[in-house]
Amino acid sequence: MKKIVFIFSLFLLGFSTQAQTQKEVKKKRNAKVTFTVDGICGMCKKRIETAALKTKGVKFAIWDVKSHQMNLIMDERKTDLSTIHKNIMAVGHDIILDEDKKLMASDKAYESVHPCCKYRDSKIVEDHNGELKKQ
Amino acid sequence: MKKYIFSSCLLLFPILFFAQSNLKGMIMDKQNPENNSGISGATVNWLDTSIGAVSNEKGWFTIPYKPEYKKLVVSYIGYKTDTITVTSLKTIRHFITPESELEEITVKSKKRATQRSLFATANMFTVNNDELLKAACCNLAESFETNPSIDVSFSDALTGTRQIQMLGLKSPYLLITQENVPSVRGAAQAFGLTFTPGTWVESIQITKGAGSVVNGYESISGQINAELVKPFSDNKFFLNAYSSLNGRLELNTHFNEKISDKWQSGLYIHGNYRGEKFDNNNDNFLDAPLAKQINVMNRWQYTDAQNGWVSFINFRYLKDEKQTGELNFNPETDKRTTNAWGSEIDTKRFETSAKLGYVFPELPFQSFGFQLAYSNHQQDSYFGLNVYDIQHESVYSNLLFNSIIGDTRNKFKTGISFTYDNYDELVEVGTFDENFKRKEQSVGAFFEYAFDNLDDFSFTTGLRVDAHNLLGNFITPRLHLRYAPWENGVFRASAGRGKRSANIFAENQQFFVSSRQINIDNVGGNIYGLNPEIAWNYGVSYMQKFNIFDKKGDLTFDFYRTDFSNQVVVDWENPQGISFYDLDGKSVANSFQVELYYQLAEGFNLRTAYKYFDVSTDYKSGNLQKPIQPKNRFFANLSYETILQENGAQWKFDATFNSIGKQRLPDTRSNPSQYQLAEFSNPYQLLNSQVTRVFSEKFEVYLGAENLTNVQQKNPILASDNPFGANFDTTIVYSPIFGRAIYAGLRFKIK
Repeated sequence: MKKIVFIFSLFLLGFSTQAQTQKEVKKKRNAKVTFTVDGICGMCKKRIETAALKTKGVKFAIWDVKSHQMNLIMDERKTDLSTIHKNIMAVGHDIILDEDKKLMASDKAYESVHPCCKYRDSKIVEDHNGELKKQ
Repeated sequence: MKKYIFSSCLLLFPILFFAQSNLKGMIMDKQNPENNSGISGATVNWLDTSIGAVSNEKGWFTIPYKPEYKKLVVSYIGYKTDTITVTSLKTIRHFITPESELEEITVKSKKRATQRSLFATANMFTVNNDELLKAACCNLAESFETNPSIDVSFSDALTGTRQIQMLGLKSPYLLITQENVPSVRGAAQAFGLTFTPGTWVESIQITKGAGSVVNGYESISGQINAELVKPFSDNKFFLNAYSSLNGRLELNTHFNEKISDKWQSGLYIHGNYRGEKFDNNNDNFLDAPLAKQINVMNRWQYTDAQNGWVSFINFRYLKDEKQTGELNFNPETDKRTTNAWGSEIDTKRFETSAKLGYVFPELPFQSFGFQLAYSNHQQDSYFGLNVYDIQHESVYSNLLFNSIIGDTRNKFKTGISFTYDNYDELVEVGTFDENFKRKEQSVGAFFEYAFDNLDDFSFTTGLRVDAHNLLGNFITPRLHLRYAPWENGVFRASAGRGKRSANIFAENQQFFVSSRQINIDNVGGNIYGLNPEIAWNYGVSYMQKFNIFDKKGDLTFDFYRTDFSNQVVVDWENPQGISFYDLDGKSVANSFQVELYYQLAEGFNLRTAYKYFDVSTDYKSGNLQKPIQPKNRFFANLSYETILQENGAQWKFDATFNSIGKQRLPDTRSNPSQYQLAEFSNPYQLLNSQVTRVFSEKFEVYLGAENLTNVQQKNPILASDNPFGANFDTTIVYSPIFGRAIYAGLRFKIK
C-alpha cells in the first residue's frame, strides 16, 4: 500500500514539476515580482524606483521604505529579473535575496548615493529609524 | 511613487491599492534593534474594536484590515502602549519602548492644511478639511475666505450672495465640479455655491489656469473640484450647530452606516434658517435676506477592494427660499405690487448620480471609470415687479480609461463624454418680456497624455474634440508643464482654450434687482442671439520652497493672462440699462500674484499674498477696466495651534486680513446728482477671526467674527427711497453690507 502511495505521489510530484516548468517557459506580459532592496529613506525610494522603471520592460515599480519590499510589474518578454537587479545595484543599492544572501552593489556605485542614504552605515540607519517612529 | 498610482486612480477611486485585506507587521524591541529580533506575544488591535492579533515567535503579526480602521494599538507587558496611525496596507515595523525609559518627545510631522505640491504638473493645490474648518461657516461659497488664490465678493446688496473669482474672472469662467462632475453652472450659477454645505466638503482641489480636458471644455481661468465626505471615511455620526448674532442658524448632521462588508450608506442633512429682520444701515431694506434651506443627501458607497470595484450612488434634494426687500414687505399681500418692494427666490433642485470605477487588480496602473449625473433645477423668483423663472435639466456622463504606455512614466487617460442641457427661462423685466428655451447637447472624445521623467520634468497635454448642437464642432487643447531646475524650486507653465455658452440671465441675476432695462444685441447667434464665449488662458508660475532658521516656507510667483476671442460683454455703464453684446475688440484679464508661506514657529503659520489684477474690456463706449474689480489686493492669514494633547484637546486660532484697493465704479453720471457715485470706491480693510477649542476627538466649539472692524458700505442701494423709480439700483456693491458678525458653534462626532 505504502508503495502505491509513494509511486502515486511521485507521479503527482513529477506532474506538478512538469506543469511548473511549462509555466516558466511561458513568459508573462504582466508578471508581478517582489524582492527586497536595501535602502532607508524617501530619497532611496525615488532612486530605486527610478532605476527599476528605467529598465526596459518594467511597467510599474514601488518600493516600500519600511519593509524594503520592492513590488514590480514587468514584461518578461522584454526583460528579466537579473537585468533589473543589475540596474538597481548600478545606482548603489543592495538586493537582499535571503537572510544572509545579498547581491552587493559595487563600492563605486554605493559611494554615489547621497550621504544621508548610506544604508550600510548602521548609525545612519538608526537615525532614520527614529524618524520612522515619529511618523 | 505612490503618487503615480494615486493619480492614475485619482479620478474616481483613490481608496484602492493592492487588493488585500490583511495588514502585516512586525513588533520589535527598541532596546535591541540591531538583530531585528521581534517580540513574540505582543498584542495588536484596532482602536475601539475587538479585532486583534498576537505577534508570533519572530514578532510578526497579521491582522484583518478595513479602510475605516485608522489606529492600531500595540501593547506588551512592561512596554509602553503605542497607537499607530495606519493609512495603507504597507507592512509595519514598529519598535516598542520599555515603560521605564524616559518619556520620549514625539514630533508628528503635520500635514499642512493647504498644500502646494512640488510634484504635480499643474499649478494645483489641495485645501483639506482642516483649512475648511478655519472659517466655520457654512457653505462652499464661504470656504475660500482663508485662501489667497480665490477672491470672494458680494454680487448685490440684497441677496447676500457671495461670488468667487480667480485670476480676475468671476465664477462662470471657472469650472466648478463636485467629485469631477460639473456642478455650479447653468441655472445654478448665481447661488449654486451656497447649495453645498461646508461640512459636506472633504477637500477642495484648486487648479489655476486651463484645467484638464477630462472634465470638459468649459473651464477658462481655472478649476475647483470639491470632494464630498464619503460614507466609508466620514465619522459614524457628526453634528455641527452654528448660530450667529445676525440671526443665522445652521444645523448639519451626518449619519454613516455600514450595511454590509462592501456597502456603506451615508445620510447628510443640512438646514439653515434666518428669520430675523435686520436693517443696520437704515435704508428701510433688509441687509440680509430671510432664508430657509433644507438640503438632504444620501450616498451609497460600494467597495470591493479584492476585485477592484468601487461605486457611488447619490441622491440629493434641495429646497431653498429667500425673501428680501423692504422691511415691511409681506409677500402674501405685496407680491408683485407697488405696496412695498420685495423679492422672493425659491429654488428646488434634485440631483442623482452614479459612479463606477474599476482598477485592474493585477495592474494597479490601469483602471476605468464611468460617471452619470442628472440634475433638475427650478428657480421661481420675482424682484419687485420683475419676474425671472428658470428651469434647467442637465445630464452629464463620462467614460474614462486610464493606463500606461510602456511604463508608469508615460500615462494616458482617454474617454468619451456626453452632455445634455435643457433650459426654459421666463424673463419679465420692465418692458422686456420673453420666454427663452434652448437645448444644448454635445458628444466629445478626449485623450490626455502625461509624461514624467521621475526627476525634474513632467508635462500633461490633452486634446478633446466635441460636437455640440449650438457651439458647433471644435477642439480644445490644454497643456501643463513642470520643470524643476534645482532643489525645491519648480517652474510651471500652462496654456489652454475654453469655450462656453453664456447664460446671460442666470449669471447676471443681480441686475433684475434694479430699474435697469435689458438690451440684447441679436447678432443671430445660437444663444440668446449671441455667440459662444471663447478664451485662451496662458500662465507661468514659479515656486521655491525653503528652510530658514529651521522653519519651512515657500514663495510662489504666478502670472496668468486670459485673452477672449469672443466674450458676451455685460455692459452696465449706463445706469438705466444693462446690455449684452458680442465682444468687438479686446478683452483681457491679467493677474499677478506673489504668495509667501512661512512657519513662524511650531504650529504658528503665516500666509500672505499680494495680488494685482488688470481686467479690461472693449465696451461700446471704449476700453474700460472691469467695474468693481480692485486692481490691488493684499491678503494675510495667521494661524496658531497649540500642541495636540493626548486626548485630542487643542486650541486653534485663526485670523485673516484682507486689504482691498480702490475699485472703478460703473458710470452713474447720467443719474440725478443725489444718485451719482464717485468714479472710484475707497480702499478698505477686512478682518475675520476664529477661535476653536477642541476638547477631545469627539467635541469642539468655535467662536468667530467676520468683518471685525465693522466695514460697511454706506449706501449700497441707490434710490432706496424710491424702489419703483427709474434710479433704483442694488448692483453697485463694492464692500460688505453687513457689519460685524459674531458667530459660535459646536461640532460633535462619533467615529
